[in-house]
Amino acid sequence: MARIVIDPVTRIEGHLRIEAQVDGGTISDAWSSGTMFRGIEMILRGRDPREAWIWAQRICGVCTAVHALASVTAVEDALGIEVPDNARIIRNIIAATQTMADHIIHFYQLHALDWVDVESSLKADPAKTSQLAQSISEWPLSSAKYFKGVQDRISALFASKQLSIFGTGYWGHPAYRLPPEANLMALAHYLEALQFQKEFLRIHAVLGGKNPHLQSFLVGGMSTAMDPNEPDATINPERIDFLLQVAKSASAFVSQVYIPDVLAVAGFYPAWFALGAGVGNYMSYGGYSQGSVNDPSSFFLPRGLLLSRDLSTVHPVDTAKIKEYVARSWYEYSGGDQIAKHPFEGETIPKYSGPKPPYEFLTVEEKYSWIKAPRYDDQPMEVGPLARMLVAYASGQPDVKKIFDAALATLKVPITAMFSTLGRIAARALETQLLGDLNITWIEQLGTNLATSNVRIHNGETWDPGSWPKSARGLGFFEAPRGSLGHWVEIEDRSIKNYQAVVPSTWNAGPRDARGQRGPYEAGLLKTPVADPDRPLELLRTVHSFDPCLACAVHVVDARGYKYAGAHG
Amino acid sequence: MTAPTCGVPAALQVRGVSRREFVRFCSSMAATLALPPKYLGVIASALAKADRPILVWLEFQDCAGNSESMLRSSNPPVTEFVLDLLSWEYHELLMAGAGKQAEDALERVVREHAGQYIAVVEGAIPTADGGVYCTIGGKTALDIAKHVCSNAVANIAVGACAWDGGLVRSNPNPTGALGLQDAVPGLKNLINLGGCPHNPANTAAVLVHYLTFHELPALDEYRRPLFAYGDIIHDQCERRAHYDAGRFVEEWGDEGHRKGYCLYKMGCKGPEATYNCPTVRWNDGTSWPVKAGHGCIACASHRFWDTKSPFYRRLPSVPGFGVDVTADQIGWGITGLAVTAMAAQVVGDIVRDKVKARKENAETPEPPQSRQA
Repeated sequence: MARIVIDPVTRIEGHLRIEAQVDGGTISDAWSSGTMFRGIEMILRGRDPREAWIWAQRICGVCTAVHALASVTAVEDALGIEVPDNARIIRNIIAATQTMADHIIHFYQLHALDWVDVESSLKADPAKTSQLAQSISEWPLSSAKYFKGVQDRISALFASKQLSIFGTGYWGHPAYRLPPEANLMALAHYLEALQFQKEFLRIHAVLGGKNPHLQSFLVGGMSTAMDPNEPDATINPERIDFLLQVAKSASAFVSQVYIPDVLAVAGFYPAWFALGAGVGNYMSYGGYSQGSVNDPSSFFLPRGLLLSRDLSTVHPVDTAKIKEYVARSWYEYSGGDQIAKHPFEGETIPKYSGPKPPYEFLTVEEKYSWIKAPRYDDQPMEVGPLARMLVAYASGQPDVKKIFDAALATLKVPITAMFSTLGRIAARALETQLLGDLNITWIEQLGTNLATSNVRIHNGETWDPGSWPKSARGLGFFEAPRGSLGHWVEIEDRSIKNYQAVVPSTWNAGPRDARGQRGPYEAGLLKTPVADPDRPLELLRTVHSFDPCLACAVHVVDARGYKYAGAHG
Repeated sequence: MTAPTCGVPAALQVRGVSRREFVRFCSSMAATLALPPKYLGVIASALAKADRPILVWLEFQDCAGNSESMLRSSNPPVTEFVLDLLSWEYHELLMAGAGKQAEDALERVVREHAGQYIAVVEGAIPTADGGVYCTIGGKTALDIAKHVCSNAVANIAVGACAWDGGLVRSNPNPTGALGLQDAVPGLKNLINLGGCPHNPANTAAVLVHYLTFHELPALDEYRRPLFAYGDIIHDQCERRAHYDAGRFVEEWGDEGHRKGYCLYKMGCKGPEATYNCPTVRWNDGTSWPVKAGHGCIACASHRFWDTKSPFYRRLPSVPGFGVDVTADQIGWGITGLAVTAMAAQVVGDIVRDKVKARKENAETPEPPQSRQA
């Protein structure tokens, strides 16, 4: 019996620590801790609600844009305005591009090295690697010469004894299963993905000025002025052509590289379709409006939740049932730490009670994380691509059903195999493919609007704060790459009175609640094998399958006023 | 097996980069750094000789936006930094190993390469309550920064948070967050690359400059490189001619907005911000915020979250003068600040105070409620 600690968990966003109990080569219990707190909440209070998105966007620089989108949506909801059609389309493009880029970076840069042994690729035969690549895809970068070049580059790295980012890997670990050729192919695609993401995210540069941290959102629409005849308009026909070209290249990369790689890797690790399931409840707010943003029935991805892995019933989402616990988090609630609070009544009063640094172990029997524990109707929920896809599948969404049934047939597994570590990986990849096709459609729609001089981009009815009611409150829901994101804003006398966010990784990475129920990471790690406690590669597989984003997870504003003992200048 | 050399020429050869491509890269670096053409050869030969120096990238109270921005580096792309130009031995976002393996890697660099490695810092450093607001491996960010940065040959603070505490330090600074220079005073060879996030083109240029000359480029009083932070955005802006002609965006989406008119009236902070954002741009030179139709928020300015917000409030105008005069005067003041900064901190303070006084005379921006409380 051994207690193992992984801190820092790397290849994620932010600061995550996992402590786990290993008995007889298997994880018997686990604790997930966020070890960083910034207090963005109290910083937002008193600011102009029209610029809340600029601040809120800095909650996260990986899933950049998503907090900006949720924020403008919340303020628009409070002010009772709807954005023009062009703004809706552009926001869809920005969101889909973000999700696709995040998923691809996640699979290659953040997750692949859990499954791909870099050192083993040195033993690969480039000619056989070429045959393998050509047998699963039409992707043109597949010659023996190409793979030899990649192999030489990595060989030089190993020979120099300066392995750079690969220096700390678990190479040779018995849990690696890919043959050398598959390792080399995947490694080549790891390097291609690094190149790909920066080209692909030029879509954000066009529509947002830059990435990370786009700068084109407005309460009421977007700043990206459109004009079919003006070369200096942010969006003109030339720019539409550029966006289309980039979006089409991205779809090709997804269907010819990402999807075949995921299917190939999954084929070598079938056991992972039965590991890492987690809490078994899945929630999605839904998203990608095809009509009115206020009408969930117009969403491409439906809203709903699934309980206890039952795909036969999709339950409606009632946001009044969302509450957060701090029983095991380093905060205190007025009224006691055993109760749960809805975001509109929430509090964020930090009170660290963990061990004094430097420390070896957390006191996991008490409070142990900066992340709160959100619950829906007192149940822990997994959110993210798997939850979105399962809710859509169970709802009978035809595109999702079609793409999933095809993939399941290829993999020769039932839909229930998706309740797993590999299920998350597969869902992420298939969602990327769906969004890639949609992205092209939306850019074409934008081009059609432009060509017909439908160029309205901003609803200015409420831009002047003088037009606002004395007080208002609004909600902004959004499906971020890592799952369901909600922003709650309360406006009074033209400034932010309160602001609260409940973020995907808060749902997934949160600790236990007052009833002792584990969060999704913690539950997902149970029964995970650990062959070598000094090199817990298997543990990383399941944690990484959730795509942790910890800066997002620890956040937030309280509704009643931030009570903090001391502010520091 | 004969061991290939680990120097840049071998790496270039291995990855099939031609001499011509390499020289093109060097010349683009020279352009970003505003170096005369004669330095092109110096850069090329220095890089061709260099062994791969070690770089460690530390993340503290961050959003990882600066790490992500580095991934968008296009010239050279991040793969070349990581695999060919440097040995990128610690970066939580990218490194293969976690936990003990990661901690050991960092400790080994400090122990075996003290005084030789480059440290990049992203995010603010909390100093309140014993540093409990950011711990990694059970150690506080402050202890890690002191240990790692004090032993580095050069320290690069990327992004607003690592420079001056950024958003995390903004009023009322709940965690006692500071930028690197204030959290660990007296660091040698410190350079600040403000911006939210940093522009990887500038960071790439600083790294190449350091690899070439073994010293930092010329800095201003904030220890920012003059090549990137020496010029006013307003003076480099593609919409400047509209400003001079009095053509402004009056409402979002109006005819002026569609024609690319000046965003001054919509709150653009370009007249009092310095950065090479309009010329270097972002994401392989694709665009920048003003090109996307939104005003500049002065994200490369000192303590910009508190000093430049509210972001939609028009910059103040001086009674009796036209808009043009006001913005130019403010802009001139900032230029003075940048140019004289290295020599005379006091001059910078005077100019800044003048700008401030002018603002207060004209129109006092309303502070957010939390700051009044």
